[in-house]
Amino acid sequence: MLQAVALSCTRGERQLFSDVNITVKPGTLLAVLGENGSGKTSLLRILSSLLSPDDGAILWQGQNIRQLKEQYCAQLTYIGHLNGVKDDLTPIENLMVAASVTGDHSSGALVQEALEAVGLKPEVHRLPTRVLSQGQKRRVALARLWLSIRPLWLLDEPFTSLDTAATGLVTERLRLHLQQGGMAVVVTHQEVALPPDAVQRLRLTA
Amino acid sequence: MNQPGMWDALRGVVRRDLLLAMRRRSDVAMSVFFLVIVASLFPLGVGPEPAVLRTIAAGVLWVAALLACLLSLSRVFTADYLDGVLEQMLLIAQPLPVLVVGKVFAHWVTSGLPVVLLSPLLGLQFGLEGEALGVLVLSLLLGTPTLSMIGAIGAALVLGVRGSGLLVALLVLPLYVPVLIFGAGAVTSSLAGVGGEANLSLLGACLALSLFFAPWATAAALRIALE
Repeated sequence: MLQAVALSCTRGERQLFSDVNITVKPGTLLAVLGENGSGKTSLLRILSSLLSPDDGAILWQGQNIRQLKEQYCAQLTYIGHLNGVKDDLTPIENLMVAASVTGDHSSGALVQEALEAVGLKPEVHRLPTRVLSQGQKRRVALARLWLSIRPLWLLDEPFTSLDTAATGLVTERLRLHLQQGGMAVVVTHQEVALPPDAVQRLRLTA
Repeated sequence: MNQPGMWDALRGVVRRDLLLAMRRRSDVAMSVFFLVIVASLFPLGVGPEPAVLRTIAAGVLWVAALLACLLSLSRVFTADYLDGVLEQMLLIAQPLPVLVVGKVFAHWVTSGLPVVLLSPLLGLQFGLEGEALGVLVLSLLLGTPTLSMIGAIGAALVLGVRGSGLLVALLVLPLYVPVLIFGAGAVTSSLAGVGGEANLSLLGACLALSLFFAPWATAAALRIALE
């Protein structure tokens, strides 16, 4: 279970949010909503440990993530605003290298399956990622979800640049993850089409 | 969970960077060409007198190697910072300094190692031979990884800063000075017939120190850059 207690965050002179409390239980997804500049991405980065909060604490299974450090990182898959893929590598190379470093599934067959599952046709698997469209690049990044074996997913605007079909595929992958007892925190501007009892909402105001 | 060992993660980081270097050969070639051009122009400018060339050889070749390393420093982290790979790297369940060592090693293989391999040829242009040539190669073999290690700290500190090229030079050049002095000094001492062992030992000490401290400092700088 992921818990955030009394989180507050200031960027520059501006306080983005204060006293934010979150509990994400296994099998549930927290959708973080709000206007541009309300601090959604900052909150996600704080939950990932990339950013330190001004105040408050984040607990994973009851332990502060500052103490857990790498042990906490081993539990999460983070896909941020940026895709985290290399333009000079092919989608297959990108996923294989990333998975070999993080410890996710990294066999060639599984990587190909992941790319197909996210709707990328086999003919683009071996093209340099730089020639793909923004939506295809986003799909390459999101294919990591099919290789992930981690319980906590932190996703920043995962549906950006995706068409309706790809949005459906990613939503279905999220549904399966929650069904298997996983947790997710998703920053989004759109409704996530999942069963209402599996989704909590947190709205931040600018 | 299929948790990778430290070596697996380190190997993965090195493999990715070497693969990228293979795809962007022109970036790698740039610093090597720079070194070759500088080292080749000096004899033309100074004149063909062998005694003069031998006197300036150590200084010129070491300064050229240092500047070639400086030129390539932006490659270490900037692309990863811009495409989000650095964010992913900070969230890998392995100590960040270990991954930094992988990045720096890949940088050295693509920028420092070519300098070391080319140095005998460049040394010959300056009339170096025998022991002095060997000392030049050895000094660069010990010195260029130190330059990469120190340079990585600067490259991490200026991530996301406008005009970072100049800033990184200002930050790391003072730290490069001892390496330059010991490296050039080793070759000069060898030419003077007193042997370069003392300077080589000091270069070795610089390498050991930088291997110990630079990964931690670089990791801390990366975390600050991504805050």
